[in-house]
Amino acid sequence: MTGYLARRFLGMAAVLFALTVIIYAVFYVAPGDPAQLACGLKCGPVQVRQLRGELGLNEPVYLQYAHFLQGLFAGRDFSAGAGVLHCDAPCLGISYRTNEQVTDMILNRLPVTASLALGAMVIWLLLGVGSGLLSVLRRGRLTERVLTSLTLAGTAIPVFIIGLLLLLLFCAYLQWLPFPTYVGLSQDPQQWFWGLLLPWTSLALIESAKYARLTRSSMLETLAEDHIRTFRAYGVSERRLVTRHALRGALAPVIALSALDLGTMFGSAVLTESLFGLPGLGRLIVSSVNILDLPVVVGVTLVTGFSVVLANAVADALYAVADRRVVLT
Amino acid sequence: MSEPLVEVSGLTVEFPVADSFVRAVDGLDLTLEAGQALGIVGESGSGKSTVAFGLLGLHRGTGARVSGSVRVGGVDVLRVDDTELRRVRGELAAMVFQDPLSALDPYHPVGDQIAEVYRVHRQVTRRAARARAVEVLDRVGIPDAARRARSRPHEFSGGMRQRALIAMALACEPRLLIADEPTTALDVTVQAQILDLLHELRAETGAGLLLVTHDLGVVAGSVDQVLVMKDGRAVERGPVTEVLGAPRETYTRELLSAVPRVDAPVPVGGSSTTGGDALLEAVGLRREFGRRGARVTAVDGVSLTVRAGETLGVVGESGSGKTTLGRMLVRLLDPTAGQLRYRGQDIGALGEKALRPLRHELQMVFQDPVSSLNPRRSIGESIADPLRAAGRLDDRRIRLRVGELLERVGLDPEWYHRYPHEFSGGQRQRVGIARALAPEPRLIVCDEPVSALDVTTQAQVVELLGELQRDLGLSLVFIAHDLAVVRQVSDRVAVMRRGAVVELGTADEVYESPQHPYTKGLLSAVPVLDPTEATLRRAARHPVPLA
Repeated sequence: MTGYLARRFLGMAAVLFALTVIIYAVFYVAPGDPAQLACGLKCGPVQVRQLRGELGLNEPVYLQYAHFLQGLFAGRDFSAGAGVLHCDAPCLGISYRTNEQVTDMILNRLPVTASLALGAMVIWLLLGVGSGLLSVLRRGRLTERVLTSLTLAGTAIPVFIIGLLLLLLFCAYLQWLPFPTYVGLSQDPQQWFWGLLLPWTSLALIESAKYARLTRSSMLETLAEDHIRTFRAYGVSERRLVTRHALRGALAPVIALSALDLGTMFGSAVLTESLFGLPGLGRLIVSSVNILDLPVVVGVTLVTGFSVVLANAVADALYAVADRRVVLT
Repeated sequence: MSEPLVEVSGLTVEFPVADSFVRAVDGLDLTLEAGQALGIVGESGSGKSTVAFGLLGLHRGTGARVSGSVRVGGVDVLRVDDTELRRVRGELAAMVFQDPLSALDPYHPVGDQIAEVYRVHRQVTRRAARARAVEVLDRVGIPDAARRARSRPHEFSGGMRQRALIAMALACEPRLLIADEPTTALDVTVQAQILDLLHELRAETGAGLLLVTHDLGVVAGSVDQVLVMKDGRAVERGPVTEVLGAPRETYTRELLSAVPRVDAPVPVGGSSTTGGDALLEAVGLRREFGRRGARVTAVDGVSLTVRAGETLGVVGESGSGKTTLGRMLVRLLDPTAGQLRYRGQDIGALGEKALRPLRHELQMVFQDPVSSLNPRRSIGESIADPLRAAGRLDDRRIRLRVGELLERVGLDPEWYHRYPHEFSGGQRQRVGIARALAPEPRLIVCDEPVSALDVTTQAQVVELLGELQRDLGLSLVFIAHDLAVVRQVSDRVAVMRRGAVVELGTADEVYESPQHPYTKGLLSAVPVLDPTEATLRRAARHPVPLA
């Protein structure tokens, strides 16, 4: 087990390291001048040149990268105007535009994104696996056909349409819910819940369609296996076959896919975040990419990458718990 | 006399295929009296398993069209409602399934699975059901049943899984046991144990037995009546002694004569070139798998010689290392230690590049003709591949040569462009042989070349191999778990156990006067076709008569 954890940890470190290298390389070849963009239109060439010096953009790219690594492991100092700004390890740098520490920026937004992603996952798993199971139990009947059409529609409609419709219906027309605003869980759990309900639902509706189809197909596959036939031949009821014998096997791909989805959601739920005005990581990275704010982009990407790798490690562990034949190596 | 335990009349089962239906069982009648045992024998596709499934109404809801009448214990299986049918399943008639690895749920402990079945039919507590599971597991000979009941199927050996499936069938004390190929995936010694167990249980519980199998030897010692099926119809039926002893129908006679026998070999190939020069020599050949803690020695110091033009048989049970040895002989696997001398040259440690000129002389025919042919390439292309790799012939010559090879193995050269799925198992194995012959090898290692085939097809493929050897002067290494087939084809035989050769000699020596106790045990476990002899052998295996 310790060997497994060690290998897993090394793999994770390697992935994250590769990510940072790739981002620096991409930024190096991308067109545009971060200093000009950070400074804005009113800046003259002199100011831009000065800013470029302050940001360290005149250094060769490998030195910039080396400074980044140094900040990450040992902390570093930045000259901000006249004074010096110290940034403790792990330091992801400071934003080109706002001079804010990237670590702080991320820590402010992480709870928002985490709330959104985890809550949405709970709903999409309930909805998706539930309707997938229902369509298997009612296969060949009307319920199945209705569910199939609904899930098809679900995969086809973009999240901002569903989100917009939900907003119009529940907040504007029926006025059952206030327009969502984000309130931290620690401040007021009740408001946190009501504020996130619509974002969760719209995200989950889209995702659950995928999960319903996956659950259905993998369940049908499992139901065709020999051991299911054994229990059918011993008079076990169809419902029990599905819930006790087929579900566990059928959930394996669902677990794997949720891990990927959950991880990715940590940086790419930008549409949902924008629509509902949630100050999350997705919006942060999009705005930072637009102004070539390299430290922020690297920081958010690392967080996303980390969550993907972590979610996959958790999924593998769940596999091993669900199926004793799986040995973690 | 009350109603028979099983009464089937005019049973017809048709499966939907594309737009039409395929008739798997065609107007079959059968009866089984309480406490009697009936064997249904047939080759693959004869409809024997379809009949067995029909007894439990398992075709319901599958889209199959079933007509006729099936009565089990007085219940009209084809017409009762689902609830009543579920009562029949497991309570009145229980099925012992084939292929024990996939027939149990991999996620739950074995004991729980049996307890679950018990609770479907009996209103008892979970604890009582678990106790019953342990009881039946103990009855079928699972050692330390209380503890092993908590194991999952993958922690059991093949024989133990098959025992567990029998235990599951016993749980509710059914009046009928339906065993569908219960020993097909097992080694001979384990097969003998399982058949003995079924025999004992029948004597003890008085349950009827319906035994479905392709193996006439399995039927001989285990049933009273036999029904021979072909293409969904009954060909011949009667008491086992009559059907196997004096068959009336041509098909039954063909089937019987195709069964290879350990005691009376029909020589194939007829090569008596046992005095040829040594072609391939293994000295202390060894192979390990895994690293450090998980290291397993698959082949442990094997020394043997393959002479030019002879057939060396290698027999052993699963896990004895015979496949690993075979792959090392053609250098598909690298030996961990030991020497491999081909025509005097040590090729055991030769690098890939130095080995290349010799590769074409050492070929292999694989067990599973389905998975060893690329389903997306035509068979002609598959046979041409080794010729292309050799790079000595141009395209036109290759086409000609492939045509010759197809003809040589008894296939139509016009079939060059057909794909593997269009062929039967036997034909696919012929393709595999043609592919091995293509580069004009001196030695072919055949790894279980006929174990996936029906007896009649098996006989034809064995015949072909013998013929090819005679005509081309090939050396063959014939690896199989089936002792009878090995005797039929081999000049000399090596018996393997746990990675080592325990006995090596001419076929007659090994089979007529086995020296090693393991060889003796193997030979006594081989099912025989004579029912009287089978009973005697069973008694010999259990010196104390069983209650």
